[in-house]
Amino acid sequence: MTDIFTKPELDRRTLLRRAAAVGLLATPAVGMLSACVGSSEEDAPEQATGTKSADNPLGIDPKAGVEIVIFNGGLGTDYATKVDTPLFNKKWPEAKITYSQAEEISTVIQPRINAGSPPDMINNSGSKLMDFGALVKAGQAAELTDLFAAPSLDIQGKTVADTLVPGAIEQGSYNGKPYAVNYSYTVFGLWYNAALFKKNNWTPATNWTEFTALLDKIKAAGITPFGYAGANASYYMVRAILTSAGKIGSEQVLKDIDNLKPGAWTNDAIKQAAAAWAGIGQKYINKTFLGLRHTEVQLQQNQDKVAFYPCGSWLENEQAKDTPAGFEYALAPYPSVTSADQLPATAINAAAGEIYFAAAKGKNPQGGKEYLRTMLSKEAALEFTKLTKSLTVVAGAADGQTISPGLTSANDAVTKAGKDIFMGYLFDTWYKKLDDESRAAANDLMFKDYDAAKFCDRMEKASQAVAKDSSVTKFTRS
Amino acid sequence: MRHGKYPFIIGFLVVPVALYVTFVVWAYIQAFYLSVYEWSGLGPVTNFVGLGNFRKMLDDTTFWQSLKHNVFLLVLLPIITVILALVFAFLLNVGGGSKGGVTRGVWGSKVYRIIFFFPQLLALAIVAVIFGRVFGPDKSGMLNGLFPDSWSPWLFLADERYAMACILIVLVWQAVGFYVVLFSAGMGNIPTEVYEAAAIDGATRVTLFFKITIPLLWNTIQVAWVYLGIAAFDAFALVNIMTVDRGGPDGATSVLSLMIYRNAFEFSQAGYASALGVVLFFLTLTFAALTLRVTRRESLEA
Repeated sequence: MTDIFTKPELDRRTLLRRAAAVGLLATPAVGMLSACVGSSEEDAPEQATGTKSADNPLGIDPKAGVEIVIFNGGLGTDYATKVDTPLFNKKWPEAKITYSQAEEISTVIQPRINAGSPPDMINNSGSKLMDFGALVKAGQAAELTDLFAAPSLDIQGKTVADTLVPGAIEQGSYNGKPYAVNYSYTVFGLWYNAALFKKNNWTPATNWTEFTALLDKIKAAGITPFGYAGANASYYMVRAILTSAGKIGSEQVLKDIDNLKPGAWTNDAIKQAAAAWAGIGQKYINKTFLGLRHTEVQLQQNQDKVAFYPCGSWLENEQAKDTPAGFEYALAPYPSVTSADQLPATAINAAAGEIYFAAAKGKNPQGGKEYLRTMLSKEAALEFTKLTKSLTVVAGAADGQTISPGLTSANDAVTKAGKDIFMGYLFDTWYKKLDDESRAAANDLMFKDYDAAKFCDRMEKASQAVAKDSSVTKFTRS
Repeated sequence: MRHGKYPFIIGFLVVPVALYVTFVVWAYIQAFYLSVYEWSGLGPVTNFVGLGNFRKMLDDTTFWQSLKHNVFLLVLLPIITVILALVFAFLLNVGGGSKGGVTRGVWGSKVYRIIFFFPQLLALAIVAVIFGRVFGPDKSGMLNGLFPDSWSPWLFLADERYAMACILIVLVWQAVGFYVVLFSAGMGNIPTEVYEAAAIDGATRVTLFFKITIPLLWNTIQVAWVYLGIAAFDAFALVNIMTVDRGGPDGATSVLSLMIYRNAFEFSQAGYASALGVVLFFLTLTFAALTLRVTRRESLEA
């Protein structure tokens, strides 16, 4: 993947530019010659710029067109064509937006990047997304520091950075500099049917004693109190365990895991979280769930046969066609395990996703950034949420809106969490083998032996095996 | 016309041989080559490790677990399938006894023969999905639905003690039909006079089966054994689709082919996967050679 972006042409072009510079100093004739060579073949196009002003903080050329490419997948493209583009043109009526969509982003965009004429703003997403780290390394993504420092389009007195949820910029940063806007926002927690809970006068718990007392009541009512699908969705359970661990010992615990630090998995926080969850597995889970798939357990929840289900905020949309009328998805943060938890009970695990970036070598990178600034306005963010049933990284954009019960609930959880939102972990995408081990270990912990120490030791061993395996490419985070 | 013989033969063979060399032989050679490198599957192959990948295998518990499961299938799949297929084929062809000098199958044997072959027509992926439902761990599963309500549900695939047996049952169910047809064809080649002569001498059906059918079918059985053994080294589709956590719970159904796939395409360990492929290659080869050697008998000329 990486070497596609560092084609020899780039070097040759640099060489030509240098030659041209030398030529210009020597004789005008040589200068003209090299200018010809450059323009006829592969020199970067003239990039459009305008004068910076309070009204135009990114200094775009108001008359230069902007080309955008949107991934056509689960989120659709309506938000771009019906919301963002009209909004952009409202401010810049003379800038023509050239829009196209693609289902295979790398197939369409990679050749254009390599040819030196990328679109100005690209939505890098889907199963065929480009390796973004490699794009940054090849200098193809524009640095977005000026975008985040620019004032927000419609929130007075705040910069774009100020309007975003914690961690949103870090997630698109490489070596401390931002290159991507991760636009959509997934909130993780325990999902339940608010209508069912209201009817039975149950309220989600904030600490573990309350939690088990509540699960006892639910069990007495003949409903499986807690469940997840062991056959193919045990990583939801891994996330539950590790979120609890993160709340006990702060996000540092999860960072250590990602960094394959020795002893990361045998940390007390992990042990306590695993032991607490093992207790839930021993008493409150339905043993048959080990053999079920996520759709089956989710359906059972829709039928009010399962009370709590650990998942991300895509759940409501995923189950939309199976959810009966009167079923109201709601999200509860994971209850505190100990009274000495580092993070409060309201703390949640939420992560930004869906990369949007401005191409560094396009015709109008500033225009691309201005488009991103439009997307990050409160108005655009709200419309995006309405259209896609997915929250955005624009903090509070969907506040006070009734779009769907689950979304409102997730949004409330984000508001209540305030600063205590953590991004979670990345080892599952970095080290597939460790991810695999964690799934099997979580199933063992929750369905079979309820042995927290064994869970920790097993994961520690697997983690150190990955750390020592020279054939695995390592990543770190801080 | 002798001078035209070779161009004629070559003309026929060049395309299939070229295809075979490109897609089979060359692929094998590449796997052997890659197995001595540490390679992620992307980028240049540079890190030569010699037998490092094979040494890694010795310490890999999943490898030994998978091998154990393959051996389990290797022992049981051919035995059960061949026995069942022989019994069914015998019943379909000679089980009805002989009337008017013609041996016949049991009543309705023509219908059964078609029914037996049905599973063979279904794609393996569909079979896996269907049996996933048959072995469903709660009341929505077919078998659990049939059990009395007072029983607590059987977990089948979610119980590591029975998961492998479930896979075996599906493999047998799928394979039996084909071998019934194969053995039936073999039995059709056994002259009826042999059966008649034996019947006149007072042989029972059981005696007919053991003293006549089996010896005269020996070559076919031997081939069936090798095929089934090779199938036992595969089982990828079923395990990948049916089992908990693909190869679980906790590795209880992992097989070598699944391990190869996951290492190559999910864990970015293409070198290690190639090494596993090389091991599988030799295992299969050894098995085939051994089976043919051990079961060698003097074939009876019918």
